[in-house]
Amino acid sequence: MASSTLDRPAGGGSAVRGPVRRLSAWLHRHAGVRLAALLAAPLFWLVVAYLGALAVLFVSALWTVNGFTGEVVREPTLDNFRTIVTDEVYRTVALRSVGVAAAVTVIDTLIALPMAFYMAKVARPRHRRWLVVAILTPLWASYLVKAYAWRVLLANGGPVDWLFGGPGSGPGYGLGATVLVLAYLWLPYMILPIYAGLERLPDSLLEASADLGARAGRTFRKVVLPVVVPSVIAGSVFTFSLSLGDYITVQIVGGKTQLIGNLVYVNIGAANNLPFAAALATIPVLIMIGYLVAVRRSGALEEL
Amino acid sequence: MTLSRSARWLLRGAMALGLAFIYLPLTIVLLNSFNADRTFAWPPPRWTTGWWARAWENAGAREALWTSVQAGLGATAIALLLGTLVAFAVQRYRFFGRQAVSLLVVLPIALPGIVTGIALDTAFRSVLAPLGIGKGLFSVIVGHATFCVVVVYNNVLARLRRSGGNLQEASADLGADGWQTFRYVTFPVLRSALLAGGLLAFGLSFDEIIVTTFTAGPGVQTLPIWIFSNLFRPNQAPVINVVAAVLIVASVVPIYLAQRLSDTASGGRL
Amino acid sequence: MRTGRTATALAAVGLLALAGCGDGGTNAGGSGPGGIKPPKIDKLASLGAGEGQVNIVAWAGYVEDGSTDPKVDWVTDFEKETGCQVNVKVAGTSDEMVTLMKTGEYDVVSASGDASLRLIYGGDVAPVNTDLVSNYKDVFDGLKLKQWNSVDGVAYGIPHGRGANLLMYRTDVVKPAPTSWGAVFDPKSPYRGKITAYDSPIYLADAALYLMKHQPELGIKNPYALDDKQFVAAVDLLKKQNELIGEYWSDYTKEVQAFKAGNSVLGTTWQVIANLANADKAPVEAILPEEGATGWSDTWMISAKAKHPNCGYRWMDHIISPKANAGVAEWFGEAPANRLACAETADKNHCKTYHAEDEAYFEKVWFWSTPVQQCLDGRTDVKCKDYAAWTQAWTTIKG
Repeated sequence: MASSTLDRPAGGGSAVRGPVRRLSAWLHRHAGVRLAALLAAPLFWLVVAYLGALAVLFVSALWTVNGFTGEVVREPTLDNFRTIVTDEVYRTVALRSVGVAAAVTVIDTLIALPMAFYMAKVARPRHRRWLVVAILTPLWASYLVKAYAWRVLLANGGPVDWLFGGPGSGPGYGLGATVLVLAYLWLPYMILPIYAGLERLPDSLLEASADLGARAGRTFRKVVLPVVVPSVIAGSVFTFSLSLGDYITVQIVGGKTQLIGNLVYVNIGAANNLPFAAALATIPVLIMIGYLVAVRRSGALEEL
Repeated sequence: MTLSRSARWLLRGAMALGLAFIYLPLTIVLLNSFNADRTFAWPPPRWTTGWWARAWENAGAREALWTSVQAGLGATAIALLLGTLVAFAVQRYRFFGRQAVSLLVVLPIALPGIVTGIALDTAFRSVLAPLGIGKGLFSVIVGHATFCVVVVYNNVLARLRRSGGNLQEASADLGADGWQTFRYVTFPVLRSALLAGGLLAFGLSFDEIIVTTFTAGPGVQTLPIWIFSNLFRPNQAPVINVVAAVLIVASVVPIYLAQRLSDTASGGRL
Repeated sequence: MRTGRTATALAAVGLLALAGCGDGGTNAGGSGPGGIKPPKIDKLASLGAGEGQVNIVAWAGYVEDGSTDPKVDWVTDFEKETGCQVNVKVAGTSDEMVTLMKTGEYDVVSASGDASLRLIYGGDVAPVNTDLVSNYKDVFDGLKLKQWNSVDGVAYGIPHGRGANLLMYRTDVVKPAPTSWGAVFDPKSPYRGKITAYDSPIYLADAALYLMKHQPELGIKNPYALDDKQFVAAVDLLKKQNELIGEYWSDYTKEVQAFKAGNSVLGTTWQVIANLANADKAPVEAILPEEGATGWSDTWMISAKAKHPNCGYRWMDHIISPKANAGVAEWFGEAPANRLACAETADKNHCKTYHAEDEAYFEKVWFWSTPVQQCLDGRTDVKCKDYAAWTQAWTTIKG
């Protein structure tokens, strides 16, 4: 493929090519410059636009807001953090949020594993493509609309209630409903990396394992699992962090539940207390960075 | 592969149940777009096509759709460029801080959206506002691009790993310069990965609401923001269902095309 | 929570004084809280030719040009008649409104109470020459020269509309019919788990209002001015109420749907929600309980740096003209500010339903105000809890 297409430009356009050729030759000799050229724009973007923004945010966590004028008082103090650490409600909500995120991740993993396995290894290649489309399509239907559809499903006397045997016997709105709906919303983000991981696993390996006398369970543990684990971790970064930052789903189906996202939102949106919201936002950030550092060695971050 | 009959049936059953779980609420959305009851009473007391007519006349929804497409395209273009650059750097070179770079790329999607959102909002307000630049569509694109880089990066990186450097070396040995090698060797190898990454990036941007809430300028309404604000207007909820139903149906086409082009058999990661 | 009615609700938080309430007028002769005076800005003396356009900052649903629904349009006619092209920016929060108005690019804003006073004291809006707004004479007296739209008898804005936070219940479930807010605070309520409340820190004022009438020894004079002891009492009441709550609501769709399905049978509401639920055949009734209620109201204001003041005045006159005011009031679900609007509504009972002409009704309503450290009831010997404290308390109430 490469050689045949290469013939084409050799004939014409060498005048234009001249400087380009010289530049690329020069670049070829200077690896450091090439690297710098590659990294300059992305690093500028991520470090300045993103890390810079995060830094501004966390510096503002040290400020306070003047009670009457609503102006931010730029005098460093740890008051906001002191409130968060000493007030029990923030611990409770943080733990509840982590619990919800973990539950969502576990549920999604359990649902996604057999589905991804079927898609990658059982379904015919012709059907495979349609199955991937079927998994991807819901991502385009608005998140809000899906959450409201679940509100209808979970309503008193709604379809889920009937499944459980009559009005009022279903889970209703609350913590359980929040976990269920978040698990629903983020499921495709778990299926896709597992599917991609399994697809790369050659069938011949599975057959070899079977030929060598391994039972299905053993094959799964020894052959499939090592491939799947990084994929699951990759998916979990999505499900865990998306759940940890959510404040809309819980408003729609959460009953009276509040999560860490709600606290951040109400402090910035309604109370105009950005410093305190910023201080609260450090909680999910620390949790996620801890998680990322912990899973980095598995190579999972490159599976996203 | 060799699986026992019952295992196959079990997996098939799990797949069917999973798809039912995914499509049940979507069916509700579709049915509710014909539900005469304005707040989706279940079962629907009467049926109507009136909401479809009203949605058709709704200029606000069309404008919001166009804004979302613009934001998605802008963010995807930036993400494609930046993601590919980082992937090349990380795959081809060994340098100090290489691990940190890959962590940095992942960070925007790994941190909760509300954190990314208020961080960017604070930065826009404290850095750009004094320069006289307000938030607008561009700030939405900046926000979206930031968390979209990672999907392009991972797709391209995976493809570079698999294809190895042999083709490029062969190209150089045959006398091609760096540009020719990229244009005629590297790019064709990457094309499907770029497509997959681009599509996922566009999808991420298209349905994003939390970061958008904090980065959109006052007059900028993406489709999710339009939907959110219309949930707070009386009588508009059914129109939203129509819009969502249209999106679900319409999205099958680009996704299927991209699937065909990206050729999953060779390891598309979509 | 960012747009539409709820945003208004959230943002309307902050009318520093209360319409029609007895002590609302006690410091009417003085200046703002803490004795601050607004900067001196002259009002427009006379109306000139239009400038061809007007830039407006408004809540969603206030400036509808037919793009949401072709039948909902009170902008196109205005543009044709006056030649003023309307450019609208929909703001999500009161803070956004204040920020936008500080840029000086906008001429007119539909400010809620908290924003309105900040704008007045910040020198961002000018006093309004009400003589140039011909429809002003038809605005209900209950809305004129109140503490959130005037200082020292100088009008800073044109009233837009108002509404109360009512008590709604399912008539087929809740028997006997409630008459007091006590129904939502009763620890032995048979409706435990099916009671709903508004999801915002400002809901603390509802508890304070109840305590004002039922625990006079606390000495609450204004539900938005709570000292430490009063604040703790209100928070405790809501913490106990939390055990009865099924869900907190924050938007139309959610509330109507909960009452229709029966997830909620008793709790706070807006008139428009009760109407929507009734229209969809849900057996509900909304009442103004014997203690009175909290409520909200917005004001149109003109920028001190307006580049298009003449078009701005024309807009303020237009939006409270009987027809336009009726259109907004019906679309948004509120009581219009203009008494003549009542004849123009499509639903002839609109004003009756929303008690627009019933001053006695609105005298029982304490309009939302932003709690600040300087007590709004005029006390100077104590510090009151500000809205940041209310927000943090709301977090602990929800747990």
